[in-house]
Amino acid sequence: MLHTVNKSPFASATLSACIEHITPGAALLLIEDGVTGAVAGTPAADLLAAILGRCPVYVLQPDLAARGLREARLLPGVELVDYAGFVRLVVAHEAVQAWL
Amino acid sequence: MTMAGEEKAGTVKRFLFVNRKAPYGTIYALEALEVVLIAAAFDQDVSLAFLDDGVYQLLAGNDPAPIGMKNFSPTYRALEDYDITKLYVDRESLALRGLDTAAFIVPVSVVDRGQMAAIMAAQDVVLSF
Amino acid sequence: MAYEVDGKTITADEEGYIVNLADWSEPLATIIAKAEGLEMTSNHWEVVNFLREYYNEFQIAPAIRVLTKAIGKKLGPDKGNNKYLYDLFPYGPAKQACKIAGLPKPTGCI
Repeated sequence: MLHTVNKSPFASATLSACIEHITPGAALLLIEDGVTGAVAGTPAADLLAAILGRCPVYVLQPDLAARGLREARLLPGVELVDYAGFVRLVVAHEAVQAWL
Repeated sequence: MTMAGEEKAGTVKRFLFVNRKAPYGTIYALEALEVVLIAAAFDQDVSLAFLDDGVYQLLAGNDPAPIGMKNFSPTYRALEDYDITKLYVDRESLALRGLDTAAFIVPVSVVDRGQMAAIMAAQDVVLSF
Repeated sequence: MAYEVDGKTITADEEGYIVNLADWSEPLATIIAKAEGLEMTSNHWEVVNFLREYYNEFQIAPAIRVLTKAIGKKLGPDKGNNKYLYDLFPYGPAKQACKIAGLPKPTGCI
């Protein structure tokens, strides 16, 4: 399962709801305002750090760049993907669950 | 024009509809219900999950007339006619909101986070609202 | 489009479904049926009334499979089958009967 989250963790509980329902073998991709969750030193990044060992976490780079955020700000271990990478993730997983 | 129910049964997939929004504030709950009924008319294996504010959708006694909305709560009681009986409700979401299923309009299965995660992982298609 | 009943104009969409559900009346149902090429009999009324009751209770027009099953449960297996319902409403019982019953097009009809 590929989970996507498109809401900022500062405005909505969507990211934490998603993390609570992630199973081993799944992956998490942060898109749109969801990318703010991967910035190091935030409560959301602590949640992500706790699952990084069992689930890869990806951030959609164009959404990060659009918001003036750079990779250097991100939680170590989080991987950047471009749109082609997004498509590869969708293909690599049996299903996608979009957390809105 | 064809009626979905008349189509010859093809591939049956496991569909999970995840409801995380309270009704009436946004269109999500009503749209989810419509899509659920369409999926069921195509003879798919349909389950519904209610978590976070989605649990508010199942409360009985809604009266949205004063805010000028149609009351779609009774439609949840028609789900059984569509052979949709797998309604899963997140235990923690209920507790956090001071709710229990005695106040619900339909019978549901209350599951904990781990069970809900397993239900989600077992689906062919997950649609979120 | 629109229907004329007792000198009143009742507006309907381009497929003939009335726009305001509160506009429905038995004389209107007869007129919609005529526009569909149907003469209402007691058997037609039985299905139309069933649909209206179903809508009142659940706020939806049932899909054909659900309608067939529910009619069978209430009126018996000789009426709860496709042949009986299509004989009454040749263009599709859920669709045509819903139109006559003044309900929206059933969900699951594409």
